[in-house]
Amino acid sequence: MTDKRMTEDEVIGELHSGMTLGIGGWGSRRKPMSLVRAILRSDLSDLDIVSYGGPDVGILCAAGKVRKLTYGFVSLDSIPLEPHFRLARQAGAIDVSELDEGAFYLGLMAAAHRVPFYPTRAGLGTAMMSENPDLKTVKSPYDDGEELVAVPGFQMDAVILHMNRADAKGNGQFLGPDLYFDDLFAMAGDKTFMSAEQIVPTEQFLSEGSVHTLRIPRSHVDGVVHAPQGAHFTECPPDYQRDEAFQSEYAATARDPDAWEQFREDWLELESHDDYVAKLSERRRNAKAND
Amino acid sequence: MPKPMIDDATLDEVCVVALAEAFRGDGELLCNPMGPVPVIAGRLARASFEPDLMLTDTIAFAIEGNLALGGDPSAAVIEAYLPFRSVFDQAWSGKRHVVMGASQMDQYGNQNFAAIGPYQRPKAQLLGLRGAPGNLINHATTYWIPNQARAFSATVDVVSAPGYDRIAQLPEASRRHFEIRRVVTDLGAYDFETEDHRMRVRSLHPGVTLEQAQEASAFELAVTGDVGESRLPSDEELRLIREVFDPDGVRKAEFR
Repeated sequence: MTDKRMTEDEVIGELHSGMTLGIGGWGSRRKPMSLVRAILRSDLSDLDIVSYGGPDVGILCAAGKVRKLTYGFVSLDSIPLEPHFRLARQAGAIDVSELDEGAFYLGLMAAAHRVPFYPTRAGLGTAMMSENPDLKTVKSPYDDGEELVAVPGFQMDAVILHMNRADAKGNGQFLGPDLYFDDLFAMAGDKTFMSAEQIVPTEQFLSEGSVHTLRIPRSHVDGVVHAPQGAHFTECPPDYQRDEAFQSEYAATARDPDAWEQFREDWLELESHDDYVAKLSERRRNAKAND
Repeated sequence: MPKPMIDDATLDEVCVVALAEAFRGDGELLCNPMGPVPVIAGRLARASFEPDLMLTDTIAFAIEGNLALGGDPSAAVIEAYLPFRSVFDQAWSGKRHVVMGASQMDQYGNQNFAAIGPYQRPKAQLLGLRGAPGNLINHATTYWIPNQARAFSATVDVVSAPGYDRIAQLPEASRRHFEIRRVVTDLGAYDFETEDHRMRVRSLHPGVTLEQAQEASAFELAVTGDVGESRLPSDEELRLIREVFDPDGVRKAEFR
């Protein structure tokens, strides 16, 4: 059986500038942050990002890595407005294709199922239509003849996502309350790279969750990265909750370019994820000592 | 801080009840309010007069019982699993009534919480479209606007959710599930039950005059017949709001 384990930097070697990259998770929840940081320290640029966006989008925008963004929303959840995304929008720095959250789900599903579009009523009469001139409607071929929005499938050259558990073959398991749309992302990507909190023997999956949690089958996964704390500072329950203090510090850097540069140097451009985890442990020890 | 009104009920509590009233008659719909005042309102509606409503814990489950705001959802009995994907499915099936906010709203109910200024390069990026386009065209929607004077505008910069005039331009098939049930603000409750679906004053909160409500609106508010006063919470409703759903008074922060 193929062993698909690889490092973050090996994943970066599979990506290229100008590509369309899908990112799993939802807002500030179970985002593949160790892979996002690996993109940051690489020379990849001009990326087209497809995401239910959180800090993944904010960080990549702030670092100037994004050419175009296709999104359902961008939020830090406990902080409703992603501040770095806001700056990028207000500077007109990125091209955008914003869809209704549910319409975005249909774009993922159309790509996963290899059909050109899925129809929906969502978007009619709103800015979703007027601000997406490429978005077309389609007339039902049946007697009702209803006019519907045809949400096109998102062609994605590669997808990155983060799971609670994976095996070396590329099967993935979520243990939190919501899979979000990661199964569709995995199917839709031409190549899919999945990081996980733990790489476990296949036979160990069911000791932690029911069969219903085994939602990423290996046939859709090209590489598996062992990344404990790999979603930090976003939440990854039950392994850990969101690091709200850290997220607040990140958000505050949007008010001060120097603070952003410092944060980027301190946390986002460390040489490896191991260095990040070590630095995080040190931060937590210090925080405890100061309690 | 909201000033006390008659019988000790404060403005925030009158607003909670006005929002709860929007759910009257909903039966087994999934009531999906967002933000403290709407969440309390949904829970209050089920606890007092709309017992069959389904309510979320705001994470991924529909729950039974009277969960407090910010209370531990793991203590609640789960009756259905509703991850985000199922919430969209539920919305498109029509069995849902949502409460959303609005940074701008015009007289036909066109709503903007997406961005201020030109869309392509906004002066202020706000929430974006979120699920607003899909919500409005699929099921009943109510709005909660804690600062009417700031929000009621002649026009909206970005249409994140369509109002009645825009919906009227769509074919009948696209229009049939559209309903703005109610707009509740710090001054009153409004609906669109006029012939041309312009916003109408349904009731004003105690102590608010029609002149004050009109002054806090950039468009003309429709009035048909006598405008009543928003009803006060019953003693039991007050107890539920204050002791069960929001003992820490989180709701009051929305009025600052």
